[in-house]
Amino acid sequence: MPNQTLLLLIMALPALSFLLLGLTGRKMSGQVAAYVGTFLMLIATVIAFQTAYGYFFEYGKSGDVYQKLVVMQVNWLQFNDQLSINMGILLDPISAMMLVVVTLVSLMVHIYSIAYMKGDPRISIYYAFLGLFTFSMLGLVIATNIFQMYIFWELVGLSSFLLIGYYYNKPAAVAACKKAFIVTRFADLGFLIGILILSYYGESLDFNTLIQHLTTADDAGYQAAVSGSFLGISALTWGLALVFMGGAGKSAMFPLHIWLPDAMEGPTPVSALIHAATMVVAGVFLVARLFPVFALSGQLVLHFVGTIGAVSAVFAAIIACTQTDIKRILAYSTMSQIGFMMFALGVSGYGGEHGLGYTASMFHLFTHAMFKALLFLGAGAIIHFVHSNEMTEMGGLRKLLPVTHICFLIACLAISGIPPFAGFFSKEEILLAAWQHNKFIYWIAIVTSGLTAFYMFRLYFSVFWNKPGSPDHHHDEGGGPILFPLIVLSIGAVMAGFIPFGKFVSSDGRELITGFHLNFSILPVSVAVIGIVLAMILYKKENGKPAAISNQLGILYRSASKKFYIDEIYQFVTKKIIFNLVGRPAAWIDKNIVDGLMNGIGNSTTFISGSIKSFQSGKIQLYAVYFLAAAIGLAFLFIYIWKQ
Amino acid sequence: MSTPGLYHILFISTALFFIGVYGFLTRRNLITMLMGIELILNSVNLNFVAFNKYLWPHRLDGLFFTLFIVAIAAAEAAVAIAIIINLYRNHRSIDVEDVQSMKY
Repeated sequence: MPNQTLLLLIMALPALSFLLLGLTGRKMSGQVAAYVGTFLMLIATVIAFQTAYGYFFEYGKSGDVYQKLVVMQVNWLQFNDQLSINMGILLDPISAMMLVVVTLVSLMVHIYSIAYMKGDPRISIYYAFLGLFTFSMLGLVIATNIFQMYIFWELVGLSSFLLIGYYYNKPAAVAACKKAFIVTRFADLGFLIGILILSYYGESLDFNTLIQHLTTADDAGYQAAVSGSFLGISALTWGLALVFMGGAGKSAMFPLHIWLPDAMEGPTPVSALIHAATMVVAGVFLVARLFPVFALSGQLVLHFVGTIGAVSAVFAAIIACTQTDIKRILAYSTMSQIGFMMFALGVSGYGGEHGLGYTASMFHLFTHAMFKALLFLGAGAIIHFVHSNEMTEMGGLRKLLPVTHICFLIACLAISGIPPFAGFFSKEEILLAAWQHNKFIYWIAIVTSGLTAFYMFRLYFSVFWNKPGSPDHHHDEGGGPILFPLIVLSIGAVMAGFIPFGKFVSSDGRELITGFHLNFSILPVSVAVIGIVLAMILYKKENGKPAAISNQLGILYRSASKKFYIDEIYQFVTKKIIFNLVGRPAAWIDKNIVDGLMNGIGNSTTFISGSIKSFQSGKIQLYAVYFLAAAIGLAFLFIYIWKQ
Repeated sequence: MSTPGLYHILFISTALFFIGVYGFLTRRNLITMLMGIELILNSVNLNFVAFNKYLWPHRLDGLFFTLFIVAIAAAEAAVAIAIIINLYRNHRSIDVEDVQSMKY
């Protein structure tokens, strides 16, 4: 049985790191702070790995089915007999998997930042924020109660805000962190309303009870939820759709994706941790957590999830082909890959063979964390070396950064889905699930895979080949702390594909044997290879072909490079419509009516008091007159009127 | 004229009372206001003695209370003089119009 204290320690150690470094960090030197943070994270990672191992191989299974173990639960806030917010730890296949992913990537980022953020005067608060983020993300994944998840969801958003705005002297960073927080907060409004709807009908906030109530057809709550309707859509559909809205905001799905590219203003290790491997998959994790409800009771919403995922995937892939900032390309790539995860869930059914999409999505989450973190950390090493984010200023770096080169190449091959790297296996399963359920999404996925290979290798060739390298850079590749995480993650990117994921993670807990269909894989792999070859032709040697092609594509290219003007549309809607039609009247009401009422009460009080203050004239004899008059009046009252 | 009845004495005491009130409310000099207060007190004394003599001739309750009032009036006059002296020290005047500093 899992040890409660040990599990609590996994979360408590990063929290301790946050408190310790936040409160006393200024008194210790930057190096000490970094090592303290990394050390605490290392212990947490070891415990997390041990827990996951124990869950998957020792006690998790009970008769062929992986159980959802509620390891501990503390009653925090009791509303009435049935409804309460409990804080607890839930161990099931996806949360055990996420424990591994979050702690491993966080540990790699901690180690990497020792060298990357060296010399930064505020490094201790940076590590404190990293600890806060890790604590919040871990709390999110082991939540037993949907409200607990919401609390940690907001905490994760806060940590993201703090870390994106780390360089607070840069106006761009400040704008970006505000944007991220506001967009995700707006999405969380939907999430909260969805929680309230679901828990009202499911009569509980606890995940297990909620799922059970909302998936049994003869449950009273379920009946009420599917019959009650608002604008022609049942309450359950609304609840699930709103919950998905929250997930879509956090996972940067179209159209709530606008914050993710801007979030690249934060330090690169932060981008690797938060905006690639862990926080942005929180939305996918949420859908996976509530997956039985989605799959059994909300197929319409699941279809919607799949569509949004597919649209986001191809949308982001197109934009990524036109960007020149390394981190922006990787940000759009993240959005595209999360789109893959989302639509894999969208095409999944529940139970047995139908649940292939679920397993594929979680598998892709796992492998994506490896290679995307690797890509970002590699990009960080490149940026550190070249002191610029722009791809046009880089070139020919393969001899100057040999280890980074190999690791980056491995990651690019993985994300393009080339065997035998990890991405190939997870993508194959996603494509198989799509082929079995929704051919349209399958073709979108194939196109997106081709685009993915193309833009990733466009990036690879532009950075490492293209120009002859200019050896006038002052320093070398970067020491151990930068290269060690790259190597570890490369090993992950290579080996993670061979894990038989269906054995551990599946929609209903039972083992799902996923086969390897050679004929099926030919098309995706060849599309990816075509993409790579195309990128090689255009970018390996410096030539005028890319510019010629972009000129020929004219307006298509321009709108893609302007990110399809989505930001401009949002600006228009907020500034011209919301501010003028909602903001200004609301401000007017606040200033004139609400404040006016308060001021009016104050002014009338002053007026009344002004008119009666002459009673206090200071003349003793007047006071005596009033006294006498009152006495006579009272005597009159008592003698003649109230005869007792 | 027959022997004075109760009402005659009550009339006198009431008249004295209101003369005293008038004196208290209209005089400018604080000491003269004090005299008005004494008049009020003494009119009440008259009231007590009259009621005692005409309604309960065998008892002496009213007379005893009158003695109390006389003593208290004396003490109260002493306190009032002390207050007036203090006022004079602050305002250099015993005119009641000059002591309106408790005005709003």
